[in-house]
Amino acid sequence: MAYSNKVLDHYNNPRNVGALDKHDPQVGTGMVGAPECGDVMKLQVKVNPATGIIEDAKFKTFGCGSAIASSSLATEMLKGKTVDEALEIKNTVIVSELALPPVKIHCSVLAEDAIKAAIADYKKKNSVGNHAAAQVAQ
Amino acid sequence: MAIKLPIYMDYHATTPLDPRVLDAMMPYLTTKFGNAASRNHSFGWEAEEAVETARKQIADLIGANAKEIIFTSGATESNNLALKGVAEMYAERGNHIITAATEHKAILDTCKRLEKHGCRVTYLPVTASGLIDLDMLRESITDKTILVSIMYANNEIGVIQPVAEIGKICKQKGVLFHCDGVQAVGKVPVNVIQDNIDLLSLSGHKIYGPKGVGALYVRRRNPRVQVTALMDGGGHERGMRSGTLNVPGIAGLGEACALCRKEMAEESARLGALRDKLKDRLAASLDEVYINGTMESRLPNNLNISFAFVEGESLLMGINDIAVSSGSACTSATLEPSYVLKALGAGDDIAHSSIRFGLGRFTTEEEVDYVADKVIDVVRKLRELSPLYEMFKEGVDLSKVQWAAH
Ligand SMILES: Cc1ncc(COP(=O)(O)O)c(C=O)c1O
Ligand code: FES
Repeated sequence: MAYSNKVLDHYNNPRNVGALDKHDPQVGTGMVGAPECGDVMKLQVKVNPATGIIEDAKFKTFGCGSAIASSSLATEMLKGKTVDEALEIKNTVIVSELALPPVKIHCSVLAEDAIKAAIADYKKKNSVGNHAAAQVAQ
Repeated sequence: MAIKLPIYMDYHATTPLDPRVLDAMMPYLTTKFGNAASRNHSFGWEAEEAVETARKQIADLIGANAKEIIFTSGATESNNLALKGVAEMYAERGNHIITAATEHKAILDTCKRLEKHGCRVTYLPVTASGLIDLDMLRESITDKTILVSIMYANNEIGVIQPVAEIGKICKQKGVLFHCDGVQAVGKVPVNVIQDNIDLLSLSGHKIYGPKGVGALYVRRRNPRVQVTALMDGGGHERGMRSGTLNVPGIAGLGEACALCRKEMAEESARLGALRDKLKDRLAASLDEVYINGTMESRLPNNLNISFAFVEGESLLMGINDIAVSSGSACTSATLEPSYVLKALGAGDDIAHSSIRFGLGRFTTEEEVDYVADKVIDVVRKLRELSPLYEMFKEGVDLSKVQWAAH
């Protein structure tokens, strides 16, 4: 299969690879997928509790090149967004940004799921999270 | 010496035509264009002579008689002809066929179709070695069994089944033995007499011959085997396969077999040493690598290896100047990991991380070194990216983790 240049770029130069301290209350960690399915994504966000803004994001991914590119792109998109803005990120944005073919759409879905899981973990750890959730509900 | 990229290391998928094979074919693609069935003029005679020469060359490679070779369009057709042809010809004797879970799709899907037409098929499992259990085979044979079809060597993991023992069991029990010899013929010694094989499939393009031509060996004595033809027509090939013969293809297949016969011993020793070098270099530089299938009984040119915590397609992407294949689901149209690797019982994650290296006649030591360096480099890079490798390094038992299913 031919990969888009964007996918190749993220694969060759993945952004924000690494790990944040998962015990830090400011850090939310999401891990989705399963080794048997051939894809596991770990995505972490570090949130400024005062502003609710995501100041750092890191990922590690076991999966195809499109899955690696999707999670790499996701970390780029996350930085600077508020927690609530982050929840608005849809996989379709990743699909169009990376020009993913139909068979690779599930890789972008996994990235969206990883974002949601990381934010949910952050919210669970923090009362600030509950406050933010309330704002979303308004 | 600078090596030429990309490097082809997928010789189980197909092989390039040996230039000597092309030379043997050329006259029949140009001036000697006759129909081998034309009995009345020299054009027909020279075509027929080429076909009979090839028949003899093929027979010599597998210990058969030239009269026992039926030409086909390739091994897919040979396998179909063997299974469907025997099922129909011997329908009065029984309707039970035994095969193995790791066979090529040309066998498995043919069996699936036969099941729809009233046959009963037993799919033998394999052990972690990739080999069938002979006792299980023995016990599976009933008075309704007409055919056992087990491949010689597997196309993904290269393991060689105990063919001589299988042949002996079939002979004792009086059932026919078909063997898909596509990956083994020309690579390791195959002898239909010693192995008690009744039908043997082979293919031109796996042995440096042309694509679209193959053969089925059909035993003529002890016992005399017959198959019902798949197609109706002019009654060529002793009535078992109608259709004007592909003379250039057949001449090429014959020459390819003659070359294999002459060079097999030397070539397999050379490729075995190169394959072992590749394996040893990868295993020395990387932790957590697993060989799929036994090394004890294996084609000399095959290495199927899993790099744990690295997904196969992402690895292929990083080594894109090397042509190999993976059992990973992400590389397959169905998004299912390799059924062959799953049958070994090692777990789907091992299948997702597998790479098949197939070495061949034109593989050089420089290429092997380049491939080893590159694979080691990319596996290391991808493990830096792998959450699973990180967890493994932290001492997490991955089999105990509750994964969020999706
Ligand atoms: C074991 C085995 N059987 C059958 C086939 C089919 O052969 P052909 O491509 O000649 O139809 C192949 C090749 O893909 C094979 O590896
Ligand atoms: S992770 Fe399997 S196709 Fe992307």
